[in-house]
Amino acid sequence: MQNIPRKSRSQLRRFGVGIVLAGLVVTAGACGSSGSTKTSDSKNAASTTAASGSSNAFDPAKFKDITATLKGSGSTFQQNYNLGAINVLEKALPNLKISYGGGGSGQGKSDLADGVVDFAGSDSLIKPENLSKYKSTVLYFPTVVAPITVSYDLDGVTGLKLDGPALAKIFSGKVTTWNDASIKALNPSAKLPADPITVCHRADASGTTTNFSKFLVAAGGTDWTLGSSDTIDWPTGTQGAQGNGGVAACIAKKSGAIGYVDFADAKAQKLTFASIKNASGSFVEASLKGASAAAAAAAVKDDLTYDPINATGADVYPITSPTWVLVSSTQKDANVAKGLGAFLTFLLTDGQDSSFTDSLDYAPIPKALATKALAQVDKIKAS
Amino acid sequence: MTTVRTPSPSVLPAHRTDGRNRARSGRRLDRAFSGLTLTAGLTILATLVGVVLATATFAWPAFRAGGIGFFTGTTWSSQTNTFGALPMIYGTVVTAVIAIILAVPASLGVALFLTEVCPRRLRGPIVALIDLLAAIPSVVFGLVGVLAFHNVFQTVFRAITGPKANGSSLLTAGIILAFMIIPIITSIPREGIATVPGHHREASYALGATRWEVLRTAILPAGSGGITGAVMLGLGRALGETIAVALVVGSAIQITPDITQPGTTMAEIIANRFNGEGMGIERNALMGLGVVLFMITIAVNVAARVVVNRAQRRNAGT
Repeated sequence: MQNIPRKSRSQLRRFGVGIVLAGLVVTAGACGSSGSTKTSDSKNAASTTAASGSSNAFDPAKFKDITATLKGSGSTFQQNYNLGAINVLEKALPNLKISYGGGGSGQGKSDLADGVVDFAGSDSLIKPENLSKYKSTVLYFPTVVAPITVSYDLDGVTGLKLDGPALAKIFSGKVTTWNDASIKALNPSAKLPADPITVCHRADASGTTTNFSKFLVAAGGTDWTLGSSDTIDWPTGTQGAQGNGGVAACIAKKSGAIGYVDFADAKAQKLTFASIKNASGSFVEASLKGASAAAAAAAVKDDLTYDPINATGADVYPITSPTWVLVSSTQKDANVAKGLGAFLTFLLTDGQDSSFTDSLDYAPIPKALATKALAQVDKIKAS
Repeated sequence: MTTVRTPSPSVLPAHRTDGRNRARSGRRLDRAFSGLTLTAGLTILATLVGVVLATATFAWPAFRAGGIGFFTGTTWSSQTNTFGALPMIYGTVVTAVIAIILAVPASLGVALFLTEVCPRRLRGPIVALIDLLAAIPSVVFGLVGVLAFHNVFQTVFRAITGPKANGSSLLTAGIILAFMIIPIITSIPREGIATVPGHHREASYALGATRWEVLRTAILPAGSGGITGAVMLGLGRALGETIAVALVVGSAIQITPDITQPGTTMAEIIANRFNGEGMGIERNALMGLGVVLFMITIAVNVAARVVVNRAQRRNAGT
């Protein structure tokens, strides 16, 4: 090294940095592809449906000439589904690039209003007073449903049964120990300890919070006075965490903790779920089947919004969350409009295949609703 | 090893100019340089003023709606649009104070060890390690706190204060913050102590003082200004830390004297709540918290500067 001129030595060093950077890029790429093994199974599943020629199959040839980059943000509830679908779709349409960052339903809606994303994920509707903040009509595309679990961590207690009033009392801090009479009455045979209850909830603005609190409004009766919203004024003594994953972690680590978590995150953290009493009086454990039953029982409005919370039916899991992809009907960029059309068409055709949704811990929406939503894709226009 | 050779630069311009040219270009460079530094200085000032103006303007509706209640109210409700910042101010101050109480003795110990006790050969590597601690991103501290230490903390807290104690709490946040500010509080006194004139030390030893007496009478008084300043800087850092605290503090809007319970800080709630949909006045109120935090941090930093300056003047006088 002694006789190498100074300049070329510095070039060597820069060359070295380049190698390191290139190495990082390669590893990142490798990580990206190895992380997607789960969805490559789903791809096979999706493509077999396409081959079987069902009426709602995705035809990539129709969208081949679209070149667009789409950005989305919002609901962490639908994030795993979106990422799984994007992974499959980007392989079929290599010129279409889609990204989806989480951030919560609240963030998705405000990002869409600010025009920084092309689509938003949300589990709750836009509040009427905020509609004026959006530049054009916002279309709701229902995509999947999934249960919101009431998960808990309590030594030696499985198969806990809870109903609306009991949940309302626990989450509003009126019941503070596990052996309280209101829990005992529902679980006469369980060995409930005298331990204090730690309530875990979302710290960020969340559609999961909206839907869970909607259930408490519907089924909690006079015991629930905190209303329903993206953020709730939780009582003292409760604990907040960020995102569904954060709440799952909050429950998983605490003996005596209870909280509401989406199905996928609760399963990933191997949490124990409670069975919840539905409007027909039966106790149902959180499952995709129970979520499908709830979605099928809900009445759909003209704008394709519907409310499966506390729906009637023996098999219905009562805390079932809907979720929508929100898109502005008028798009500035024609390519983006076409790209959104391709993305939504995929979600509402091959994306509804139950082997694909099951693999990601979601249930498809009812067929009739998917057909209506598919027809709505044509309403996205470029200005 | 193969070497890459590039042709060396053929022209070296510095040798061509004659003296007069050099003087002229030197003057021009002088002017350009002073202009450049002036711009840099003004940019800092403009940024600071801009931040204050922008945040205060944005926060104004919340200040106006809440009045003095914004600073003294204990309810923060996006459902009823009532915003009182006291639980956040309380949590911010409590976590920062816990951090200082834990970090200051540890940092001073490290600083004194490095300057007085540590073998010279080990000093370099240890200093490098401490500086490395300062380079760890705060989110990593937060994740380590959540993933690795949550259960440990919870078990220990519960053993001491009963089954209600929580692994995500004001105390947890304080402990994590303490680790984050130890490098800051260590480095400044270390340099201060290292500059204590050798003859002070030797004179003390010559009078028969023990090592402890030398530390107490000759070294600590001379380094006290630096130590106070460092503590203030650490405090500033602890007050403003966001993501590590958001991960471990437990995000509960409450004022509780039990530090093993979840709480909140100003930076935490800004990070967690700023994502809401068209939140209207809550967004202004969060910005208001930003202004309050900014004011507190500025006050702490100004106090640090005053203390350090006074100590330096006193040291210079003796």
